[in-house]
Amino acid sequence: METYSFLRTLADSWALLALTLVFVGMVVFVFRPGGRRIHRDAAESIFRHETRPAEPDPDQDPDQAPDDKETR
Amino acid sequence: MSSLVKLIGLGAVALFAAICANLARDPAYMANALIVMLVAGGLFLWTLRRVDEPLAVVNPREYMDDVVRYGVVATVLWGIVGFLVGVVIAFQLAFPALNFSDLTQGYLNFGKLRPLHTSAVIFAFGGNALIATSFYVVQRTSAARLWGGNAAWFVFWGYNLFIVLAATGYILGATQSKEYAEPEWYVDLWLTVVWLTYLAVFLGTIIKRREPHIYVANWFYLAFIVTIAMLHVVNNLSMPVSIWGSKSVQVFSGVQDAMVQWWYGHNAVGFFLTAGFLGMMYYFIPKQAERPVYSYKLSIIHFWALIFLYIWAGPHHLHYTALPEWAATLGMVFSIMLWMPSWGGMINGLMTLSGAWDKLRTDPILRMMVVAVGFYGMATFEGPMMSIKSVNSLSHYTDWTIGHVHSGALGWNGMITFGAIYYLTPRLWGRERLYSLGLVSWHFWLATIGIVLYASAMWVTGIMEGLMWREVDQNGYLVNAFADTVAAKFPMYVVRGLGGVLYLAGAIIMAWNLWATVARQPRAVSSTIAVPAE
Repeated sequence: METYSFLRTLADSWALLALTLVFVGMVVFVFRPGGRRIHRDAAESIFRHETRPAEPDPDQDPDQAPDDKETR
Repeated sequence: MSSLVKLIGLGAVALFAAICANLARDPAYMANALIVMLVAGGLFLWTLRRVDEPLAVVNPREYMDDVVRYGVVATVLWGIVGFLVGVVIAFQLAFPALNFSDLTQGYLNFGKLRPLHTSAVIFAFGGNALIATSFYVVQRTSAARLWGGNAAWFVFWGYNLFIVLAATGYILGATQSKEYAEPEWYVDLWLTVVWLTYLAVFLGTIIKRREPHIYVANWFYLAFIVTIAMLHVVNNLSMPVSIWGSKSVQVFSGVQDAMVQWWYGHNAVGFFLTAGFLGMMYYFIPKQAERPVYSYKLSIIHFWALIFLYIWAGPHHLHYTALPEWAATLGMVFSIMLWMPSWGGMINGLMTLSGAWDKLRTDPILRMMVVAVGFYGMATFEGPMMSIKSVNSLSHYTDWTIGHVHSGALGWNGMITFGAIYYLTPRLWGRERLYSLGLVSWHFWLATIGIVLYASAMWVTGIMEGLMWREVDQNGYLVNAFADTVAAKFPMYVVRGLGGVLYLAGAIIMAWNLWATVARQPRAVSSTIAVPAE
C-alpha cells in the first residue's frame, strides 16, 4: 500500500508538473523564430523523391547510413 | 552457407512443431502447431530448391515496393473477409437461427466469430494497411530504400502468419478473453518478434534517411509501432499452464488486470487506429490534393498533444467498477481534453484542401479521404462525450458503444485506407490511372450510406436499450426484462446488417476495380517502379 500511495502522490505532483512543462516547452519550441522556413521545407518534402531514393554522396560509402543532415 | 543455417533452422522448427502437434493438450494448439509445421516445412522446401541459385540483385537506387504491393493485396483480401464476417455476425444477432448451432456444434456461433471479425478488420485489414503504407511513406519521405533487406518480408509474412494463427485459434477455442488481445501466449510471443523487427526496419530506414527532417507522418507511424509494442507486451504478461497447450493465466488479476486491459484496449484505439492512420492522413491527403499540409506547426502540436493525452484515457472504459474513483475521473478528464488535439488534426487535414475545394467535385478518392477525416472528427467528439460518467452510465454496455466504434472504424479507418489504396495501386503497379473513377464513386456512396445506416441504427437502439434498462415503475421495480430490450432492438439490428451489406458491397467493387486497374490496363511507360537501373 505504501508503494501505491507514494506513486500516486508522485504522479499527481512532480510527474504531472514535469510532463506539463515538457509539453508546454514543446509548443513554445514549435513557434521558435526561424522555424517557418524549416517547417515549410518539411511540409514540401513529400513532393520530392517520389520515384527513387536520393543519390548517395560521392564521397561516402553508399551502404553506410549517410549523415548529411547539416549539408543539405 | 546462410541457406544451410536457414535449412537447419527451418527443419528444427518444423520438427518441433510436429512434436507440439503430437503432444497438444487442446485442438487449437494442435491446429496452430500443424500450421507452423506446414509453413516451416514449405519454407524448407522452398529454400532447398534455391540453394545454389545466384542471389537476386538488389538495386539500392530503387524503393522496395514489392512488399508494399503484397501488403495492398493482403489489405484488400483481409478487408473483404473481415467485412463479410461482420455482416454474418450482424445477421446472427438479428436472426439467432443463423448461428446454425446444431450443424456446426457451436464452432461458428456469434461468440466465436465476433473476435474473428474484430481481429480481421482491426489487425488483418488495418494492420496490413498500416504496415504497407508505412513502408511506402517512410521510403518516400526519407528518400531511402527500406533498411534491413528481407526483414521487411519477414514482417509482412510473419504478421500474416500471426493473423492466421490467431483466427484459427479463436474458432477452436484459444482465447485469453481480453478484448482485442485474444490471442494466446505463443501467438503473442510470435507477434512480439515480428513487431520488434517491424520497429527495426522502420527505425533503420528513418536513421539512414536523406532528408533533414523526419516528416510528421513518420512520427505518427513510429509512435504507433513503439506504443503497440509496449502495450502488447505488458497486457499479455501471462504464464502458460503447459507449453503443450494454449491455455495461459494472466499475471495481473482483478481490477489491476482490468485496468491494464483497458490501458491496452483504449491505446490500441489511440495508437493503432488513430496515430497510425493519422500517419496515412498526413501523407496521402497532401499527396492526393497536391498541396502541402495546411499547417506543419499544427501537425507537430497535434502529434505531441495526442501522445501526451491518449495514454491516460483508458480508465473511462471502467466507470462505476472496482477501479478507484480518481482513476476513472482521470480517464474521463483526459478523454475530454483529447477532443482538442483530435479536432486540431481534423482541421489540419480538412484545411489542406483550402484553395483546392473544387477537387472534391472531380476526385472521388479525395472525397473519400475528406469524409474519413470528417468521421475522425465526429468519432473523436462522440468518444469524449461518451467518456463523461453521466453519459457513460446510459451508454455503457449498450449498442451505442458499437455504433461509436463503427463510425470510427468504418468511417475513419476504412475510408482513409480505401483512399490510400486507391492512391497506391496505380502507382505501385505502374498504371497510368485507376480503371474506373465511376466505380470509386459507387464505392464511396455505398460505404457512406452503409455507415450512416449502421451508426444511426446503433444510436437509436443503444439509447433505447439504455433507457429501457433503467426504467422503473412507481414502486421502484424495473419495468423491462433483458429479453424485452432484445426484442425491441430487432428492427434496428436488421438495418445495421443492411448497412454492413452496403459497406461490404462497396469493398467488393473496390477489389474488382483494383484488379481491373492492374489486369485490364497496360503498364504505363513512365511508371514509378520501372525506372531503369543506372
